[in-house]
This record gives sequence, C-alpha cells and structure tokens, in this order.
Amino acid sequence: MFRLRLVPDNTKIPFMNGRYAGLITSAFLSIASLILFFHPGLNYGIDFRGGIVIEARTPQATDFASLRHTLTGLGMGQVALQEFGSNQDVLIRLERQPGDDAAQQVAADKVRATLATAVPGTQVRRVEAVGASVSGELFANGMMALGLAMLAMLLYIWFRFEWQFGLGAVVTLLLDITKIVGFYAVTGLQFNLVAVAAILTIMGYSINDKVVVYDRMRENLRIYKKMPLRDLIDLSINETLNRTLGTSMCTFLSVIPLALFGGEALQDFGIVLLLGVFIATTSSIFIAAPILLFLGENRLRRGAPDVQPTNAPTTP
Amino acid sequence: MLYFSRWKIYMIVATCVAGFIVMLPNFLGRETLASLPSWYANSRVALGLDLRGGSHLLLEVDMATVIRDRVEGLVDGARQQLRTANVGYTAITAGDRAVTVQLRDAAQTDDAVKALRGLSNPVGGVTMAGGQPDIAVSVNGPTVTVALSEVALRDRATQAIEQSIEIVRRRIDETGVNEPTIARQGTDRILVQLPGVEDPDRVKRLLGTTAKMTFRLVDSSADPSTGRAPPGSEILPSSEGGRGQTSYVIRKKVEVDGATLKNATASTNSQSGEWVVNFEFNSAGANRFAEITKANVGRPFAIVLDNKVISAPVIREPITGGRGQISGNFSAASANDLAVLLRAGALPAPLKVIEERTVGPDLGADSIRSGLTAVAVGFVMVCVYMIASYGLFGAFACFALLINIVLTLAALSLLHATLTLPGIAGVLLTLGLAVDANILINERIREETKKGRGVFASMEAGFSRAYSTIVDSNLTTAIKMALLFIFGTGTIKGFAVTITFGILISMFTATVLVRLMMVTWLRQTRPTALPV
Repeated sequence: MFRLRLVPDNTKIPFMNGRYAGLITSAFLSIASLILFFHPGLNYGIDFRGGIVIEARTPQATDFASLRHTLTGLGMGQVALQEFGSNQDVLIRLERQPGDDAAQQVAADKVRATLATAVPGTQVRRVEAVGASVSGELFANGMMALGLAMLAMLLYIWFRFEWQFGLGAVVTLLLDITKIVGFYAVTGLQFNLVAVAAILTIMGYSINDKVVVYDRMRENLRIYKKMPLRDLIDLSINETLNRTLGTSMCTFLSVIPLALFGGEALQDFGIVLLLGVFIATTSSIFIAAPILLFLGENRLRRGAPDVQPTNAPTTP
Repeated sequence: MLYFSRWKIYMIVATCVAGFIVMLPNFLGRETLASLPSWYANSRVALGLDLRGGSHLLLEVDMATVIRDRVEGLVDGARQQLRTANVGYTAITAGDRAVTVQLRDAAQTDDAVKALRGLSNPVGGVTMAGGQPDIAVSVNGPTVTVALSEVALRDRATQAIEQSIEIVRRRIDETGVNEPTIARQGTDRILVQLPGVEDPDRVKRLLGTTAKMTFRLVDSSADPSTGRAPPGSEILPSSEGGRGQTSYVIRKKVEVDGATLKNATASTNSQSGEWVVNFEFNSAGANRFAEITKANVGRPFAIVLDNKVISAPVIREPITGGRGQISGNFSAASANDLAVLLRAGALPAPLKVIEERTVGPDLGADSIRSGLTAVAVGFVMVCVYMIASYGLFGAFACFALLINIVLTLAALSLLHATLTLPGIAGVLLTLGLAVDANILINERIREETKKGRGVFASMEAGFSRAYSTIVDSNLTTAIKMALLFIFGTGTIKGFAVTITFGILISMFTATVLVRLMMVTWLRQTRPTALPV
C-alpha cells in the first residue's frame, strides 16, 4: 500500500550536531534584519503612515509614463505607480499630504477627478485615504497587539512547561519575528495591518510547532531516564519529524493559492506566511532545541549519569 | 475514547446536518430566498465592504469648536447677567475654556459672582439635585473668572457626538443608501459604512457641511467694502452661488433660528424657472418670522448658512404663513442638497473625514471569486496530501475539513458576523491548521502500531496522547486571534473571526467527528491492520 512519507520512518538525523551552525546562522540573519529595520527601514503602508492608495482599471493597457507625468504635475509629492494583475490595473500611491486629516480626502478627490479627465473611461476600483492621527493610532494598536501576544506566549509556555522551555520558545520567537521584519525591509513589501496579522499568525504557528516538539521531549524525559539530553532531543525531533513536516506541508499547500491569486492585499500576506512557515519549522529544530540543550544540560537531567564524553560535564 | 453511545452519535450527526441547513441560504439564488420564510432566508453571512463594495468613512467631531461655542455663549450670557445686575465692567474676554471679566469697581465682586453663578447649567443630572454646576466662578481682585469644569467639557462632548450621530443618520437616510452603519467610535469619532456606495463624494459633501442656518437682519448703516463693521454686526461673505454683492454687513443677533424649520423641499420657481428651496417653520418659528417681517417691511433680510450669506432679499410684505422660499443661484443638485441639510438639521460642530476606504462593487465581486477559487484549490491540495499520506484515515480528515468549513459558515451566519477578504484568508489558513490535529493523531497511531500494539489499542493511544498537544496548539492560536480582534480594525478583524471559529470548530470536526468515522469503520470491517 503506497503511503507518502516526507521522511522515512526510523530517520535518525543528528540535528544537535548542527546546533552551533543553526544558532550562528539564525543570529546572523536576525542581526542583519535588525540593521535593515533601521536602515533603510520598513516600507510602511498607509495604515501606519497615512496617505492615499487608489486602485484603478484603465480601458486599454495603462500608459504609465503619461499617467505618472499627469499625476506628478498635481504637485502632491511623490506618486508611485505600480502595475499588478493585468496591464490595465494600476495602483497609485501618494504620500501623506501635508496638513490635517482632511487634506488626504481633498487630495484623493483631486486624483479621482484627474484620472477621469486624463484617461477617460477609467474605473476607480478602490480608494483608501488615511490621515495622520488615524494611522498613528493604528500603528500603536498593531504594536500593542504584537507585544501582548509575545507576553501571552511567554506566560502560556511558562505555565505549561519548565522555565527552560519557556525561555527557549520566546528567544526563538524573537529570532523568527526579526527575520520576518527583515524580509519586509529587504523586499519593500508594505508593512501595514495585514503585516501585523501575518506576524501574529506566524507567531502562533511557530509556538505551536515548538509545543509539539517540546511535548515529545518531555514525554521522552520521563521514559528514557538515562539517555543524554542531546540524544534525547535528537530522538524527539526525529520522532516528530513526519508530523512537523506534514503540518508545514499542509499549511504551505493551503497558503500557496493565497500567494498566487490573493489580489493586491493578500498576495503579500500569502508570501510572508509561506516564508514564516519555513522559518517556524526550521527554528523548532535548529534554534529552540539547541537553546533547550544549553539551558537544560544540567538542570532537566538532574541525577542522571552522563555517558556522552563530548557533553559538558554534569554536576552530580 | 473509542466508545460512542447512541445518543452521542445522533448529536454529532445532528450538529453537522444543522450546520449544513443554517449555512445553506448563503448559496441560494434570490428567487429561492424570496420563497423562504425570512428568518431562515436571513441566515446568511454578512459580506464586508471589501467584498460587496461600498464606502467606509471615519468622521471626527471638531471638539475645539464645540468648546469655543460654549465659551462664546458664556460671554454673551455674562454680558446680559451683569447688565441686569447693574454691575459695571471694563472688559469681558473669552479664553480657552474660561471667560474673564474685569470689573469697574472691585466692591461689586459679590454681586458679580452671584450674577455669574446664574449662568450655570447643571450637568450629569442623575440625582434629584440636578448634578454638579458646569462652571466654577473664582475671584482675583477686580477680576472674575468663569471656568468650564472638566465634567462640563466631557458632558458637552458627549452631547455633541450624540447629536452629530443623529444628524448624520438623518442626512444619510435622506440620500437613500441601503443598510448604512453609523456608530460612535471612541470619544469624538463616528464610523459610517455605506454599502454599495462607489463614489462617496456627495455623502462626504453632505456630512462636511455644518448647515447652521440663521435668519438675520442686514445692517444697512455700514458699507461692507470698508471692511469694518459696527459693534453688534459682522461682515459675512456671500455664498459661492450668490449674485450681486460679495459680502454683507449682518447683525449678529439671530432673529429666527434654522432649528425651528419643519420642512424644506427643492423645486423650480414657476415664474423664473430657476431652482429654489422652499421651507416651512414650526409654529414657534412661524410666529417669530411673522413678527420680524411685519416690523421690517422694506428692509433686506439675510439668510445665512454656515456664516455665508445665501441671499438677502428685501421684505416686501409680512410673511405670516410660516413658509418661505430661498433663491440663490442653485442647481438642481445644490438645491436638493440644501433641502436635505435643512430637513436633517444642523450639526453641533463641523465634521472632518479622517479616513476613507472605498471599494468598487466590481473589485468586491472579483475578490469573492478569487477568494473562493483560492479556498477550493487549497482544499484540494491539502486533501491530496492527506489521502496520499494516510489513505482512508486521510480521507476521513478531508471530510472533516469540509464539515469544518460548513460549520464555520454556519457559525458566521448565525452570529451575522462579517466576512471580509482577510476573513477568506483565515478560512484558507484554517485548512492547514485544522488538519494538524489529524496529522498528529495519525502519526501517533502509526507509532503505536509499530510498537506492536493491536488495532484498537493503537487507536486508543493515538487519540489520547495527541489530545493535549492539539488543545495546546489551538489555544495558542486562539490567544493570538483574540488580540488581533481587540487591536485590529476594519477588515482585519474578519481574519481573526474566521480563524478563531475555524480552530474551535476543528476541535470538534478533526477529533470527535474523525474518531466517530474511524470507530464506525473499525467496527464494520474488523481490520487486522490500520491503513495509516
């Protein structure tokens, strides 16, 4: 009977041999992400920065050069035009206009009117105009949600496991998130409310994955009282590998359609989730587990004799 | 864990069937729905503005104006009170939240304080005593200060926003938008959602007008071109549609307030053929209007809207019927808009649009189509993987996934929750997260089988061991989504809603329902090996 196995049963990959490589690579990527976060920084969407986005469909293929010329001529700062979907669909982005919140409305109406005369027959399919006070609040709320989510996760894991597990999970989570933020900085994808939703989703997914692997470690700690922690961690990861990869695969498969035809807003969301699933899966194995190995070397295995000479000596 | 009592089986099946029935109206055509009883036909998911098309506006009440108006009222009141009490003063000045009076004679402070206390309006009057006074009067030598209290400011703000919501509702009702949502947000904001409105220009214009209408006398003693008005008068510009003069000198005293209008309609004048607005006063307004016109025959009378003079016709004869006509170079649209504004009443303070999000109906329809395609493709791909990996048990998981989508839609329909585009993304993501439970269970069963356990023992162990992990993973997701629901706004909330429902429902479909299917299969076929 044919059964698809992502890895064969009885796989015994010595993951912990790569613990330094994993941690160093991860730390390097996260530090690079942090640098990118400050310079050049994120491309904040209008949710967080204010400004105007107009999605329009022109009757023929959009003439970008002339449209850019016309709109720049309005004297409303930098106008970014972007083709997406078909060559008739154009996305117009304007910076936040100087003045109060109402200034955005005036500018949006002006672009609408200009589009109607410059390219007759143009259909304005979507208009979003956000003022500074609203965007400031949305940003504060978004960050608040992320911060509280982090705290909630720490408390949850703390409550469920020993503190070594909690610390391992949260450090890993921080490393995961910085990489996602770095991805936003590198690609210049819009960082907006949808991005916050994506990060929250990835956090949930990542913690989820860690809980499954940790659960198995804890179970094995009870069964194999004499196995060195390092071997025990390897065994636990290998035992749960088919599940880890299977779930990642299913989430991947369900998100791919989103990245393929999710439209302007959800395409980015899909792409970031795909990356997030990959990061969360690898970090369970290469980050969360080594951290636990370092933290728990002596404490989680109290009283157990050490048979592995390569390991750090344990205090009896 | 593998035993199901008969009534439990009935309950499980009944839940699935009920879910199917509840969500069915979402997929029925218009005619079929019309033939169904309305309580059933209404059991549908509400589509967000991003899917059905429409306009979302966030308005802010200009609280500074509200407070300034109150302070100006205090200045007028103070002047009157002091005059009746025969207290001399050299100056009355309006501050940010207070009025300062310089008395001519410091000996009169007691009288002044007594007189000024008379300006107090009780606020927060829940007790018989009528609550606290809204002003505090303090004395410093010959200077008396009347300050608005914090409570008074808050109370005034609440009143202003409630009035504004009422006026906004009336104005929007006049435009004939279907099912608008108008709700207060925070202390000074109003959220307006207008389904089906593609270009909210007219609504924005209507809401952006305060529409404070007053009837006042023209001060003919001064010339507006000098730019200086005598005390008690002010120079006001003419409205854009106005003819003749560009500005007028108008008495500050309001003779008849627009609030006394009962009705207003737009029509064309039978003689000139131009657009006019006909208005009608209530009885108090009509009496007042009759008095004024009787006493001022032959003099110009200004109709002022938001500090602009619409027209200043000369009164030819007393108007006693309480009806009148405004002509001011109107177009059909502007006459209609003015009539709407007058009928709905004036806003207590100007409103500003601080956020607009508008989606055309075409884009909405496109989004629904691509969203449904994405869900279908995602479903098929996950199913292929599950069946390839776990055979029959994988197929059970897929069926459970289908039921999960059905029940999620049913839950959304029952609660009239709003489905948004991010909400569809949530459904999609749930597909991946929900089968996690089945993967966990199946992998466990496999392991137990390999350890040499029997068919029943493996299944028993697989379910019970995987269960705590499943609860864990779903709880963490639910915590995240609760936070997103609290702090997220607009369409993004829809994502949190569908994922939370999907996850909670998966606790039923992926474990209970799948277990029932497996056990039934086990009892009927009595296999010697499991298909995982």
